[in-house]
Amino acid sequence: MRLPRRWYGAGPPHLVLMAASFALAGYAGVRLLDAGGDTTLVVLWFVGAALVHDLVLLPLYTLVDRALCGPPGRRNELVNFVRVPALLSGLLLLLWWPLITRRATRYEPASGMSPDRFLGNWLLITAVLFVLSALWLAARTARSRRRATKARPPDSH
Amino acid sequence: MRGVRFTAVLGLVLLAGITVVFVTGLLSYAAYNPDLAAVNDKTPEKGWLGFYLFAWPTGPHWLYRLTQGLHVTVGVVLVPVVLAKLWSVIPKLFALPPAASPARALERISLLLLVGGVLFELVTGVLNIQLEYLFPGSFYPLHFYGAWVFMAAFLAHVGLKLPRALRILRHGVIRPDTDELASPAPAEPTVSRRGALAVVGAGSLLLLITTGGRSFDGAPRRLALLTPRGGAEPGSGPDGFQINKTAASVGVTAADTGDRWRLVLVGPAGEFRLTRAHLLAMDQYEAALPIACVEGWSTSDQRWRGVRLRDLAVRAGYPDGAADVLVESVQRAGPFRTVALRDNQVRDPRSLLALRVNGADLSLDHGYPARVIVPAAPGVMNTKWVTRMTFGGL
Repeated sequence: MRLPRRWYGAGPPHLVLMAASFALAGYAGVRLLDAGGDTTLVVLWFVGAALVHDLVLLPLYTLVDRALCGPPGRRNELVNFVRVPALLSGLLLLLWWPLITRRATRYEPASGMSPDRFLGNWLLITAVLFVLSALWLAARTARSRRRATKARPPDSH
Repeated sequence: MRGVRFTAVLGLVLLAGITVVFVTGLLSYAAYNPDLAAVNDKTPEKGWLGFYLFAWPTGPHWLYRLTQGLHVTVGVVLVPVVLAKLWSVIPKLFALPPAASPARALERISLLLLVGGVLFELVTGVLNIQLEYLFPGSFYPLHFYGAWVFMAAFLAHVGLKLPRALRILRHGVIRPDTDELASPAPAEPTVSRRGALAVVGAGSLLLLITTGGRSFDGAPRRLALLTPRGGAEPGSGPDGFQINKTAASVGVTAADTGDRWRLVLVGPAGEFRLTRAHLLAMDQYEAALPIACVEGWSTSDQRWRGVRLRDLAVRAGYPDGAADVLVESVQRAGPFRTVALRDNQVRDPRSLLALRVNGADLSLDHGYPARVIVPAAPGVMNTKWVTRMTFGGL
């Protein structure tokens, strides 16, 4: 048992778990590849989803965030009040891109409802998020200012 | 802030959430009764993956509304958690050497299935509910088989990582130098770990608020500002509620449903051609039932009125009113223009061939002259513009 363990890099339960997992994935996987008309396209979508996320989406939002935060080392307390509403708004845009950009051309004929409302609603929600963030900042500033004035004169009471 | 604690919290949330989404997904497949007839089964090559199938019940009548609402809403709400989880483990992608042993190499291949799988499922699901069929093939097999590939990797991942995640949450990170996810030289943090979790939670809450209302009529739906089927209803009055597919979108015209329309009833007793007047002359019953779509939206209960399916089964030659039935629609397009219903669905006294809804005749978009409505069945099993019903012999 010693030698295989050293060669494999983990105990037998690990190997059993991996084997069972790949067996099930293989069983479903061959069916998945047959599911579309085009096997290559299915692989492209499956693997591409991971690659596009790891190598495009994640670096992209990291870079945007870096740009927003300014040079490292200069700590900016206010950045979160911009970055959080922007992130939430971006999340909605990412998820409902076809509806917001009116690309979902089947939506209106099928449902009898216009997709035109979604762009306006997204902008409205984004505005509300930024307003909430601003209110939060204002409340926090007022509170810390009050605390500062209270702390200053020790002889007032 | 990035580190194994953050990852462990998100991991446990996903373990619970993905379990709900997977189980409700399996239930949704069972709800189509795919083992009853080939027309119901969009994944006939499923083999053992259909091991759990059972006759889908008719009660409680909101069953599918609940399970499928959970499937889609929880799936949408999990998106920020998945993205945060992937962000938290990204250092692993660039870890060197890529695989120190065969065990690690296998794990990395498994992780490709895990990450590719969860994103594939989310992307196909989110596109499908927006009716944006960009994916390569039919949604049903892609999403179904994709889910099993993902679950295979997910179960292995849970088996390998859950003990450590629980240990970290219970006892904390005992030796910080073993935290392979933490940055070795972190910049000054702009947000605490708790703050980051709060942002992820806020994202989920925002999605819940703007999405959850699509499972109800009226005010909750109006509050669902950014989601398919959210906002105001498509119409007003008795038939103003949600329409899955309009008549125009599936090629149903007034000529198909006018005076020349007949319901052809087939069974051991022979073949009958019934007009709408014939059907209205039969005993009429009422049932309060929702429309619940595979896309996750649903309506509240509507008051349907029409002929019981079991009375039609009796007419077709099954004296106990219990027989499977093949239902065909006038509609020219759509993968579910013909569906099969099981005998337990036909026998339920609330299962109707509806002629009226909420006190008015059906509108063309809701299936005039006659549509099926069955408690707890997925929306597409409630065939609209019914033209032919063949009882027995499936």
